[in-house]
Amino acid sequence: MSGSSTDKARSNSFEPTPDVVAILKERARFVRLETIRLIEIAKTGHYTSVFSAAEIFAALYYDVMQLRRGEPKWAGRDRFTIGKGHAAVGLFPIYADLGFFPKEWLDRYTRLGSPLGDHPDMRKVPGVDFSSGSIGHALSNALGMVLAQRWTGEEDYRVFCMMGDGEMQEGQVWEAAINAAQHRARNLIAIIDRNGYQLDGRVDDLMNIEPLDEKWRAFGWEVHTVDGHDVAKVTELLRRVRADDERDKPCVIIAKTSKGRGVSYMETEPGWHLGYLDPSDAEKAVAEINALDA
Amino acid sequence: MNGPLSPNSWQYRGLNAVNPGLDHLSNGLIDLVKAGHNVMAGSADLQYSNGLNRFAAAYPDRYISFGISEQNMVSTAAGIATCGVVPFVATFASFLALLACEQIRMDIAYSAQPVRLVGHHTGISLGFYGTSHHATEDIAIMRSIADLAVVSPADGPQLEAAIRASADYDKPIYFRIGRGRDPVVYKETPTFKFGKAHEHLKGDELTIIACGMAVHGALEAASAMNAEGHSVGVIDMACIKPLDRDAILEAASRSKKMKIMTVEEHNVLGGLGGAVAEVLADEGIGVKLKRHGIYDEYSLIAPPTHLYAHYKLDAAGIRSVAEAFIA
Repeated sequence: MSGSSTDKARSNSFEPTPDVVAILKERARFVRLETIRLIEIAKTGHYTSVFSAAEIFAALYYDVMQLRRGEPKWAGRDRFTIGKGHAAVGLFPIYADLGFFPKEWLDRYTRLGSPLGDHPDMRKVPGVDFSSGSIGHALSNALGMVLAQRWTGEEDYRVFCMMGDGEMQEGQVWEAAINAAQHRARNLIAIIDRNGYQLDGRVDDLMNIEPLDEKWRAFGWEVHTVDGHDVAKVTELLRRVRADDERDKPCVIIAKTSKGRGVSYMETEPGWHLGYLDPSDAEKAVAEINALDA
Repeated sequence: MNGPLSPNSWQYRGLNAVNPGLDHLSNGLIDLVKAGHNVMAGSADLQYSNGLNRFAAAYPDRYISFGISEQNMVSTAAGIATCGVVPFVATFASFLALLACEQIRMDIAYSAQPVRLVGHHTGISLGFYGTSHHATEDIAIMRSIADLAVVSPADGPQLEAAIRASADYDKPIYFRIGRGRDPVVYKETPTFKFGKAHEHLKGDELTIIACGMAVHGALEAASAMNAEGHSVGVIDMACIKPLDRDAILEAASRSKKMKIMTVEEHNVLGGLGGAVAEVLADEGIGVKLKRHGIYDEYSLIAPPTHLYAHYKLDAAGIRSVAEAFIA
C-alpha cells in the first residue's frame, strides 16, 4: 500500500455501510447486464473490458464522485477520463441512469446516427468528460483538467482517470506521469484496471509492465493496490484518496481485476476481449451474472 | 575565461536579446491577458526558442512547463480547455504537427477544444539542424484535419494581430510561424481576419499568393517586376484555413492573361499551393498555376538564408521563378 498514508487515511471512517455495498453490487450487476443487452444491438463489443471494471464504475459514479443527477456539465463535478475507451458500453447505461441523457438512446446503441458508439465521444454524449479511443491520451487530458482547476481556483473537484494495464505500454502515459508529479497534481487520481490481458494475449507476456507499483512510485506518485472486484474495499479506498487533503502528489490505484469477471468462460479465455454472445449464450451469461456476489 | 564576453557572444537564455522578433508571441498573449481573456501558455522545453519565457516571467502562474513531452502537452492542453481556459501551446512545428498529429486530431480538433497550437521554426527555417527539425508537411497535415484553422502569418506584427483576433474565434487553431527573424512586412499594425486574405498589389498578368516568410520576398519580387513594366499582384494568404476562396477567384478572373503562382516554405504538395489548386479546379477556372516551394524533397543542410536562396524562396529566387513562369 501507500508509502505515505497518513493515520487519518488509515482509519476506517471511509468504510461503506452494508446497505451501500449492497446497492453498489447491484449497480455493478446492472452495468454487466446492460453491457450484454447493448452489445446484442451492436453484435460485437468489449464485454470483458467492462466486466473487469464494473465494480469500479459503480463505486465511482454511485458513491465516490461528486456529481449532480441530470447535470452532466455542472462545473463543480468530479471528472472522469478513460483511456480504455472501449469499455464505454458499460458507462453509457450509468450516464442514462444518472439522467445525463434519455434512456431511449441506449436502445439505438451503435445504430446509424446514434451518439453512442464503441468509444465515448464528448461531442455527442452528455456525461463524457473527454473523448477516448486512442489509447494513452487520457491521463494527459485529466492532468489538464487538474492544472486548469489550479489556475482558475473556481471549483473544488477531483479528476479520476481509468487506464487499462495494456495502456501502460503507451509512452504518453509516462510523459503525463512525470508531468503530473512535477506539478504535484494532487487532485488527480488514476486507476489502473489490472486485468492482465490485452488484445493479443497476456500483458506481461507481450510487453511486461511489472513491477507496476514500483514504477509509479518511482515516478513520484502515491500508489495503492486493491482487489478491483471487492466493491466495499474499492469504495473505501476511493473515498479515502478522494478525501485526503494532505497528499501533495498524484495518486494511482492498481486495481487487481479479472477480465470478463462474472462470466466463467470469459474469465479464462482472453479471446473474449472483443466478441459477441448469441442470445442463447447471453442467457447463460446473464444467469451467471445474476448469481455473482461480487 | 578572463574579462567580459564579446558583445557578439550569446547564450540560449538570452535569445530574446539577440532576436527581438521572438517577442511577438508573448506580446500577443500578454495583450490577451490584459484584455481580460483567460489564457494560459505552455511549451515543451523551448520557451527561449519561442520567446514564451517573457510570458512566463510576466505571468508565472499562467505558464506550464511540459518538459519534452509534446504529445502529453497537446492532450493536457485539451483537458485545460474543457475547463474554460484557452491554452496556447508551442513547440517546433515539426514536433507539434507531426509527432503530436494524432493528439491534435483526436483531443483538440475532433473534441472541439479551442486550443491554440503554435508551431514555430516552421519550414526549413531551422536550416542546418536538419530534416528532423524541418516542417515542410505541416500545412498539408493540419489543413486536412476538420475544424482546425491554419494560420501562417507573414511576420511578427501579423502574428500578434492574429493572436488578438483569436479571442473571438471559438475553434482550435494551428499557428504556423517562423523563427522570429522574418523581415517585417507590416510596418503599420496589421489587421487579421479569419478567412480573409490581404491583397497587397493588384496585377493583371500574374498574381502571387504567398504565406509566411514568402510574403516579403513575393512583394519585393513583384515590385521589381512591376518597375520593369510587368503587372504582378501579391496576396498574403495568412489564413490558409478557412481559405478566402473569393480572393483567389477574383484574382484569377481579373484578366484573360492572368497566371497564378503560389509561394510557400512547404512542400508543393498539399499546402497553400494545393489549397489554391483545389479552388481553381473546383470552380473550373482554367488559369495557369505554378506552385512554388519545396518540390517534394528533403531540404539540404545549410544556414536558413542560404537555403532560401538555394530553393528560390527569397526575393531574387521568387522573381526568377515568376519571370520564367510568365515568359
